Amino acid sequence: MSRDGISRRKFVTAGGAALVSGLAGCSGGEASDGATTDTMSSADTVKIGVLEDQSGNFALVGDPKHKASMLAIQEINNDGGIDGKEIEPVTRDPQSDNQRYQELTREFINEEEVDALWAGYSSATREAIRPIINRNEQLYFYTTQYEGGVCDETTFAMGPTARQQLGTVLPYLVEEYGPEIYTIAADYNFGQLSADWVKVLANENDAEVLDEEFIPLSESSFGSVINNIQDADPDFVMSMLVGANHTSFYEQKASAGLDIPIGTSTAMAQGYEHERLDAPAMANIYAGVNYMQEVPTTSNTEDGGFVDRYFEKYPDAPYLNEEAETNYFSTYMYKEAVEQAGTLEQPEVVEALESGISLGTERAPEAPEGEEVTLDGATHHVDHHMWVLRADEEHNVEAVENRKVPEQFLSETVGCDLREESEQTQYTPVDYYEEAE
Amino acid sequence: MVNGLNLAFQFLDSFAFVVLAAAGLAIIFGIMGVINLAHGEFILVGAYATTVSATSLGLPLPLAMAAGVLVTALFGVVVERVIISGFVPNWIGQRTVGRDLVEPLYDRLADSMVATFGLSLIMVQGARIRFGNSIDQIATPFGNVAYGEFSYSTYRLVLAGVSVALLVVVYYVFTRTDFGTRVRATMADEQTARALGVDTDRTYMLTFGIGSGLAGLTGALFAPVLSMQPTLGSQFLVEAFVAVVVGGPSVVLGTALSGGVLGAVNATVTNLTDSTTFGRIALLLTAILALRFLPDGITGFVERVRTRREEGE
Repeated sequence: MSRDGISRRKFVTAGGAALVSGLAGCSGGEASDGATTDTMSSADTVKIGVLEDQSGNFALVGDPKHKASMLAIQEINNDGGIDGKEIEPVTRDPQSDNQRYQELTREFINEEEVDALWAGYSSATREAIRPIINRNEQLYFYTTQYEGGVCDETTFAMGPTARQQLGTVLPYLVEEYGPEIYTIAADYNFGQLSADWVKVLANENDAEVLDEEFIPLSESSFGSVINNIQDADPDFVMSMLVGANHTSFYEQKASAGLDIPIGTSTAMAQGYEHERLDAPAMANIYAGVNYMQEVPTTSNTEDGGFVDRYFEKYPDAPYLNEEAETNYFSTYMYKEAVEQAGTLEQPEVVEALESGISLGTERAPEAPEGEEVTLDGATHHVDHHMWVLRADEEHNVEAVENRKVPEQFLSETVGCDLREESEQTQYTPVDYYEEAE
Repeated sequence: MVNGLNLAFQFLDSFAFVVLAAAGLAIIFGIMGVINLAHGEFILVGAYATTVSATSLGLPLPLAMAAGVLVTALFGVVVERVIISGFVPNWIGQRTVGRDLVEPLYDRLADSMVATFGLSLIMVQGARIRFGNSIDQIATPFGNVAYGEFSYSTYRLVLAGVSVALLVVVYYVFTRTDFGTRVRATMADEQTARALGVDTDRTYMLTFGIGSGLAGLTGALFAPVLSMQPTLGSQFLVEAFVAVVVGGPSVVLGTALSGGVLGAVNATVTNLTDSTTFGRIALLLTAILALRFLPDGITGFVERVRTRREEGE
């Protein structure tokens, strides 16, 4: 028994030492003692916290985000770091678990003292950690496409909003196929608010939403949904389905012989259904997004471009998705801001970000989605280059439309200006549009 | 007329889903009394084995499905030997320290629950590490049937047919064959069965293997229609347990009946409200009511009515 105890203690000590030296290796310090490495690193390095799901429900979409952050950090470090300081990434796997996100966010802010934090895939996660972010006034980058409306002093929502995404694809489909729309959406805040945006945009484009259906995230049988769509007989469907179970819809509608055009803000660009599913399940589906691996910009597809660099670093990665690009370029925007501010102090960096950082200048690489991507200082959102990408019968993806689309809801409708007034609010379309009610 | 067809197809769909979800569990939980929380992951094994056989090995779909069933059945036997009955660890124990290392998990409801929950976590993460966050999916065969402005996937109708055939076969095996009699004898009273010459150890192993194989069949059949991700098993778990518990002590008949009742409620309410949310609420509400007023499940209730009538006569 006592022998057992000793060997266990020995094991723990050895493991701990290995862990400490492993960390020291990461931060580039030569000291074998963890404590000294820590004090050294806070002075000489930029600490970036990255919390993206590598297991659990959202691993499929979260893993590319993590990888793209690491790619940007590696590139910046190889190129001399931020203002000569090396970036030290701090990462952990939050396992798609919001409670774990909250614990890790606290740990990253209070113990790791990260200079900036990238965290979270779903809107539910963002709302779970935003109170902690606010309490600590932590500089936070949320890099997923989302429903929009977050006006928050230290949060930068870098992904496109529902209005930007749906506002790109919906008018295109109205023009192509006609004004009658049927909406199917995941039954939680993102899906509900996205469906509201479909109604707002339908109104702006002289179209009409015939009916809308909200589907629980646990549902994977779509027989009745398919019958309802056939019954309503719309010109096209808007789909904001989310997650693994909902992916089954596309295969099921194809095998049921439903071949209606579908506009979407969620399919293909995030979970690359056009590569995972057998053709023609995704035929005639139009994604309104800022980025997919297939986006035909030079900086994306040329030799040594974004796609090349990503798969050189991660040869076994399955797909480079929409959110990965957002993680990537936002890391460069942070670099710009720190160099402009000349300090890592977060209030100064926020101020620099609010001055309106723009990529596509000579100092930074272009954002892969387009020639120029601008951060709007007033709303902490990004004016994206948006694309409509269509999958054909063989699941080849082609770009059918693209243009620069600014964030509109916060800047024009709500009037959020974080340079003038500090806020921590999320605005919803219901409060501003009658048709969203 | 046309909406009647919609309702009928949706009922068949719902019925097939409930019955197939519950098929393997009816045996492992219903007959053997092991609360198998890894049931969904047994389905995952079947689905992945089928898909990988079809995409990587290029097997035609029926053969790939057979491979899926076989792999899951073998996997089930391994799980039974190593974890549930503890045969393997005890064999090792006898040879090294001269005593058994673990107690079998049979008739230990709560313990089997914890053990299989752990197994389920290991399997989901294991699948993620080995196969990544998703694997490529195979297409659904058979096309569709069109009627008026509506259409329905033929394959989903085939599933309903298969689920009925499956119930018949399982019912036959467990009530009309020697093997079935031995299984029921073993589960009812192991000591006596053993005294009468039944190799109970072997019976446990085979029964668990069959239950696993049925879960594998469910995975194989749903492989072409569901998104292939490591968490795909979780969507079956609730329906499976609800169906078996609502079914009651006569497991196979119970599963058929609860599949019928729950499928009908789900399809009807979904159709009336045009909402899958309410369909699901109605399904679970029916389960709650059934267990509140029929604590022995549907077949327990039928049994009670029958005894009462016989006593009355």
